Amino acid sequence: MFGNRTKTAKLNGRESVFVKRKRTFTLIFVSFIALFLLSSLITDYNAIGGFLSLPKAFVWSIKNLVPNATSWPRVPLIFDNLVETALLSVAVTVCSAVCAFFFSLLGTRTMRVNPVVGRAVRIIAAFFRNIPDIVWALLLLFAFHQNILSGFFALFFATFGLLTRTFIETIDEISASCVEALHATGATNLQVVSQGIIPSSMATLISWILYMIETNVRNAVLIGILTGTGIGWLFDLFYKRGDWGAVSLVVLAVVILIIVIEMISTQIRKVIM
Amino acid sequence: MALLEFQGVCKIYNNTTKALADIAFSVDEGEFVSIIGPSGSGKSTILRCINRLVDATQGTVIFDESDISHASKKDIREARKKIGMIFQHYNLVDRLSVIENVLHGRLGHKSTISGMMGRYTESEKEKAFQILEKLGLVEQAYKRCDELSGGQKQRVGIARSIMQEPKLILCDEPIASLDPSSAKVIMDHLSNINRNMKITCILNLHQVDVALKYASRIIGLTSGRIVYDGPPNHLTKNKIYEIYQSSEGELITDVW
Repeated sequence: MFGNRTKTAKLNGRESVFVKRKRTFTLIFVSFIALFLLSSLITDYNAIGGFLSLPKAFVWSIKNLVPNATSWPRVPLIFDNLVETALLSVAVTVCSAVCAFFFSLLGTRTMRVNPVVGRAVRIIAAFFRNIPDIVWALLLLFAFHQNILSGFFALFFATFGLLTRTFIETIDEISASCVEALHATGATNLQVVSQGIIPSSMATLISWILYMIETNVRNAVLIGILTGTGIGWLFDLFYKRGDWGAVSLVVLAVVILIIVIEMISTQIRKVIM
Repeated sequence: MALLEFQGVCKIYNNTTKALADIAFSVDEGEFVSIIGPSGSGKSTILRCINRLVDATQGTVIFDESDISHASKKDIREARKKIGMIFQHYNLVDRLSVIENVLHGRLGHKSTISGMMGRYTESEKEKAFQILEKLGLVEQAYKRCDELSGGQKQRVGIARSIMQEPKLILCDEPIASLDPSSAKVIMDHLSNINRNMKITCILNLHQVDVALKYASRIIGLTSGRIVYDGPPNHLTKNKIYEIYQSSEGELITDVW
């Protein structure tokens, strides 16, 4: 009898857990719907109409976004700007990676001068990282106006923040043990960096740099629209003219560029890892 | 004059955790000392106070007639040149070759620039190969360290420390990650180095039986205090229980 009673008690307990969970899910679901309806109402947005127009938009794109006879002569211009954007992204990433490497050494547990400097480095890195590159570009437009420099520094700052943070973590994780051993032999800090940290963590650091080159190529296209440079500027130009054939060529060129960059970096990773 | 002397050394981590309390002992040249004690009793901290990977909170550590616990950065490096260290996880640069790792033992003896560039003299390279030969690693000399087994990696660690031509070798759990046969190889090498090259050795060990067999002196440590200091044959069973703060039947050594 006693056993029976505990069994029912257990079952009741289980039931109430399920009931509670169901109630939570229903509540979350209903509040999402309410939020959606409220924001559609405020912004006057017709969700059904939006989805219904998708096929139309698709048909329009297929009809219009096709390179035509007038757009083919634009290929050399597109190619020049594409190369400019790609090379700019590579240059920015490499520059900020070099700066980030030396800066991150000050923030690592193993090499930092003292904990206060280490904390300061992390805060500075977080500051640069948490401001998106687009916002950096908007801010820098005031300083350099529509110029390749605003794009360069926007990408530089955002990349510098992210790479500093990842470099600190990579170095602390991969190199801490050999750094300890090399310090124990009486090696100087510079010797520890070049004989311990660089050989042990360089492959991972390069892998991160390649990843940043990939993302920076994409971001550079967008930032180019803002700063009026590179392939982004060209896209903006053709788009505003309604030159759909040329726009489609630009889009195609960007897609090819991204695929090529990704293929190259995959190959490099295979070799170094 | 003793090679190493601890005088009232205390270490407190983060202002709260007491790792060492009033440690005092001295080690003569040529001794083979084993420090035993439970995890967290301060064994690693003692070793790291000697080469200043950890700074003592209080007290004095004298190594080779100079006060190392209050030394400048430059003097610390001078002292570290004379102190080799071997780690539980070997702490090699895995992506470099065996010979490069062995030559790292010379970094303290070189100028910063030539150490950074990895420029070693012919005689240094020859010496490295002689050491590798003694440790049976010549065939592995150009292999990358991540291709080696644990026992081989530890021998590279030993080679790196001998390359320093040290007066003292510190071993932090040198065999804790090794199988019994590689562990014996490592312990035999260390014992040989101690006897033939007259290098003083201080080892942290978890294996009491190994300590009893190899060491010429045992230091027992319990929560940061020395509770035993003497030859292995005076270490009674009851003393071992006291060191590990346990009673009969609770230690793995009781199984035998």
